[in-house]
This record gives sequence, structure tokens and C-alpha cells, in this order.
Amino acid sequence: MSEPSETNNEMIRFENVVKRFGSNTVLEDLNFTVAPGEFVTLIGPSGSGKTTILRLVMTLEKVSEGTIYVDGKPLSHMPKGGKLVPADEKYLREARKSIGMVFQQFNLFPNMNVLRNVTEGPIRSLGQSRDEAEKKAKDLLELVGLTDKIDARPTQLSGGQQQRVAIARALAMEPKVLLLDEVTSALDPELVTGVLHLLKDIANSTDITFLCVTHEMQFARDVSDRVMMFDGGQIVEDGHPEKIFTDPDHDRTREFLQAVLDRA
Amino acid sequence: MSKWDWERFWDAWPYVLDGLWVTIQFTLLGSIVAYILGLIFAIIRQLRIPVVDQVLWAFIEFVRSTPLLVQVFFLYWVIRPEVMQGIEADTQKIIVGTFALGVHYACYTSEVYRAGIEAVPRGQWEAATALSLPRRRVWTGVILPQAVPRVLPALGNYTIAMFKEVPLLSAISVFDIVYQVKTEYAASQGGAGPEAWAAAGLTFLALSYPCAILVRRLERRVGTV
Repeated sequence: MSEPSETNNEMIRFENVVKRFGSNTVLEDLNFTVAPGEFVTLIGPSGSGKTTILRLVMTLEKVSEGTIYVDGKPLSHMPKGGKLVPADEKYLREARKSIGMVFQQFNLFPNMNVLRNVTEGPIRSLGQSRDEAEKKAKDLLELVGLTDKIDARPTQLSGGQQQRVAIARALAMEPKVLLLDEVTSALDPELVTGVLHLLKDIANSTDITFLCVTHEMQFARDVSDRVMMFDGGQIVEDGHPEKIFTDPDHDRTREFLQAVLDRA
Repeated sequence: MSKWDWERFWDAWPYVLDGLWVTIQFTLLGSIVAYILGLIFAIIRQLRIPVVDQVLWAFIEFVRSTPLLVQVFFLYWVIRPEVMQGIEADTQKIIVGTFALGVHYACYTSEVYRAGIEAVPRGQWEAATALSLPRRRVWTGVILPQAVPRVLPALGNYTIAMFKEVPLLSAISVFDIVYQVKTEYAASQGGAGPEAWAAAGLTFLALSYPCAILVRRLERRVGTV
């Protein structure tokens, strides 16, 4: 893993974060930090709020209470006149530029070819020139092994290929934080390994901070600097992957890992 | 019924074709207004701006619940004298006719667009958000290019429906097919008669039916919403 590149040693900070959907509390007074360059994997049973955490960081959802900081700046609120007020669209759009997300269902734009999918963000939101963006996109598509699919439409690609394009698209924004939301869950089993391998390479060769939700425990163990076990919207256990996977402190973690193991 | 007279039938065609040209012009102008205004209505409603949303909803429901002929008369006899002083009489009719058709059908096309927009998966909005795309670009680059092709057949159907409703404008003396037959042709022949009405009907059929087939073919290609 890379060295922290920022002067502050927190890339992500959750401060007393509460998230409710109606009367259902999904996250309960959540506090944690992620260091720059760290690869953190969230594990836990479905409905434990893992994906909600990623969606909050991407600002696809709003916190009910508390504050999330990314790279030292509050996400849901903006400083104004010495106070924090709810962020407006412009502030959010700026804040999102340092955050990327890869989705379970890929969510490529079907009306654009592969190259346009990758250049759309850099051109329209970072203001890069078309030439510059296309040059970088071609490098990224080479990295993900899809140089020959540059002109293809997403619908002409396999799930694994679509997810590789989605990864290239997220990387093209040069994010400081990359969120991986069950990125192999929708893939055919034989395509999973390739995508995980690619992600591992990227994690090892960049200083991007990763927040990852996955059910691939071997991958989590191989690539993570830290694993957080969630249940009922709270952190049950937080530690080094070897420790969590081989000698967890909590029965709840052991039960969960056993259940996952049995399923596999 | 009077006896069928082929000569009267052939004599009707110059009038019908003159009227057809006017009818087509109103259909095209009205469709342009309906397509653009309907899209604007749909986007405004999707933005869910308080008050604006409710006012627009009420307007759309009002227009959809009242006859087009009433709207034509209202625009022509109530609004026109107030706002169109000094404009040539023919131009006034073109403006009133275009807007009556356009606004009326915009209230239908807006619902079509809305269905098309809502059929775009939520993940597309989220991917656009994750890329920090400007709001305008999300609409023009991601949402509308996916929503609009799917609604084209439905829009086409409304244009065909509009084509058949242009005769309502004969009530404000627009020189469409019906006005031509009822007034101009009738004056030259001492009454319209079955031959001219048959010619008028055949003309509508000759255009509507092939267009409907084209729309159905388009539907099969792009799928329906």
C-alpha cells in the first residue's frame, strides 16, 4: 500500500452519522475514519447498512444526522459564515469530483460507446479537452484489457467487460476515494476472478483510498488493509483482515464468516 | 341522399388538396409546439419544484379535461382580441390554431415524455451523479437520449390524432380541408354533397393509415414505454 499523500491523515471521517429511511434506522451513531491510501472492506449480513455507507459517501443519500468528511471537507454540509449549513448542489458537485463509484449493476450509459462512457466525466465535469480525455481513456482501457472494444456499445459487452469499462470510467475521474459496491455480485462466476484481479492490481499500484462492499471473502482478505464487520447499522469489529478472518473477537463475526463459508 | 355524380367528385379535389396543404401545415406546426412544450412540461414536473409543479399539474389536467374546440374558441374570441392587435388576420389564425393544437397536445405528450423519463433506470442518474456531471448534461447526455427514442412512436400517434383534429379550426375559418369543402366548394356547386365529403374522408384515410403503419413499425423497433 502507498504512503499517505495528504497532510491530514484522514481521507474519510464519519462523525456521529445516523441514517434513517422513514422510521427504519439503518445506521446508528456511526464513527470511523479511513486513512489516505487505505483499502477498507465492509463485510456483514445484508441489510447491515454497508451499501448505505457507500451511497452516503457518494452523496446519493443524505445523512439524517452527523457529518461525513472527505479529504478534510464536510460532504453533506458546507462552511458558510463560520457555520456549517446544508450543502447546495454546486458544493456537492465539487465535492463529488474526488469520489468515484463502481456499481453492482455497472450503470454504463447505453447511448454512448465505451470510449465516450470513459471520457464523459473528464470532459463534462473536469473540463478536460477531448484529445486529452481520449488519450487517458485509451490508456485506462488498455489497463482494463479492453482496447479492442473502444467503439463497442455497452450492450455488446459481457458483464465482466462492462464492469471493466465502469472501473475505467471511475478511474478516469482521478478520484481520491473509490467506492466499490458489490462489483462482482452481478457477474457470471467465471468472470469474477478477472475483475477482482484487476481491482487488486489497481489497489496495489495507486494511492487511491478504497471503501469496498463485497461478499468475496478471499478477495477481502487478500487486498484489504482493514476489514470492518457490520451488523444492525453498527461496527461490530474493526481490524486487520488476518485477525478478522482467522481469529475474530466477536461471536457475531465468527457466525457471519461461518455462514458465508458454508454457502460457498 | 342525392345521386352520386363522378364529375362533382373530381371537381372537389382541387379544393380538398388546397385544404390538405393547410391541414398539413397546422399539423406540423402544432406538433413542433406539442413536442417541445411537452418536453419542457415533463422536465419541469420531474424537477418537482413546489408550487410550479402543482400549478402545471392543474393546468395539464384542465386542458386534458376540456374540449379542444372550447380551447380554440377561448383563444380566438377571448385571448386574441387582447393580445394580437395590429397583426394580420390570417397570421392571427395561424398563431391561434398552432397554439391551440400545440398546447392541447403538449398536455398529452408531456405524460408520454414523463413515462419515458421514468423508464430510465435509477442507476443511470446515480452513475451521472458519481461522475459529477452538470445537471444540464445529465438531461441532454444521459436521460433524454435514452428516454426520447422510446417515446417517438407515442409522439407519432399524437401527430396522427392531431392531423384528424385540424378540421376543428374550420370553426375559426381556417382554410383546411373541411372549410374548403363546406364553404368554398359548396359555394361553387350549390352545396357540398356526398362526393366532396367522400373526397375529404379519403384524403384523411390516405395519410393517416400509412402513417399509423409506420408508427407501428417504429414501435416494434424501439419498443414501447
